[in-house]
Amino acid sequence: MNVSINGLHKAFENRVRLGIMSALAVNEKLDFNALKEFLDVTDGNLASHIKNLEKAEFIVVEKTFIDKKPNTKYSMTAAGKKAFEDHLNVLEQIIKSQK
Amino acid sequence: MNKEQDHINNIAEIRSMMERSSKFLSLSGLAGVMAGIYALAGAYFAYSAFGFSPDQIHYSVPELNSIILIAVSVLVLAIGTAVILSARNAKGKEEKAWNTTSRRLLVNVSVPLFTGGILILMLLSNGLTGLAAPFTLIFYGLTLYNAGSFTFNDVKSLGLIQIVLGLLGAYFIEYSLVCWALGFGVAHIVYGLYIHFRYER
Repeated sequence: MNVSINGLHKAFENRVRLGIMSALAVNEKLDFNALKEFLDVTDGNLASHIKNLEKAEFIVVEKTFIDKKPNTKYSMTAAGKKAFEDHLNVLEQIIKSQK
Repeated sequence: MNKEQDHINNIAEIRSMMERSSKFLSLSGLAGVMAGIYALAGAYFAYSAFGFSPDQIHYSVPELNSIILIAVSVLVLAIGTAVILSARNAKGKEEKAWNTTSRRLLVNVSVPLFTGGILILMLLSNGLTGLAAPFTLIFYGLTLYNAGSFTFNDVKSLGLIQIVLGLLGAYFIEYSLVCWALGFGVAHIVYGLYIHFRYER
């Protein structure tokens, strides 16, 4: 249900979600503001895509406090990493097969 | 809709995001050129005005404080120029200069740089003045090599050049100031121009 016919994961069809996963693939942890800056999106938009990925259990949220201010950090789960790698492999296959 | 083009765009976007989120790519090449010019001026000034030309490890010069002042001025000017020009670069790309990537670059640069700085002050206070120039090259080279993982990869090879010049200078102390001028001056200018023409235009 989550995977479309060609093997590409539905969660990665969106540009913002793909961007979040790409950034978290090379960064152990990133906070909300860092993601927002990299992706150039609004707070609400980013929050909804994060929630979506969280629901799919591709990313986890870690809430801490720095000087009594909430600091939320996101990181990729093992499942998220695998799904992302599979997605890259499928993209590679598709491009290769069409050449 | 062209599906294949979509996939290629997707991959390009993934690559770009991975790079943008892990490396600080607004580092200014022109700042490298300026740093090289400051360094050459500083080396010339130390040599001509204060007769600084160490020929052995134990070397004393009457105006050591003035020479340290020149070295610190070169450092402050170079860092200041790098910060200002890189911030301008980042602004041009509509990115914040102070973000996750620049912070990470700075933290990773600080550790070898401060270690070297403190060690060199200790050497100077013990009269081992001849080692100061080669040691700044070696520690600066290690710093750049480390920094290459957090900004343009090319910075790594500049680091290796500085390390080689530093080692040569440490062995042939009489050429240490020449090595220093080559490393901090000439190599900076050449690399700065390379970075500028490759990435900033």
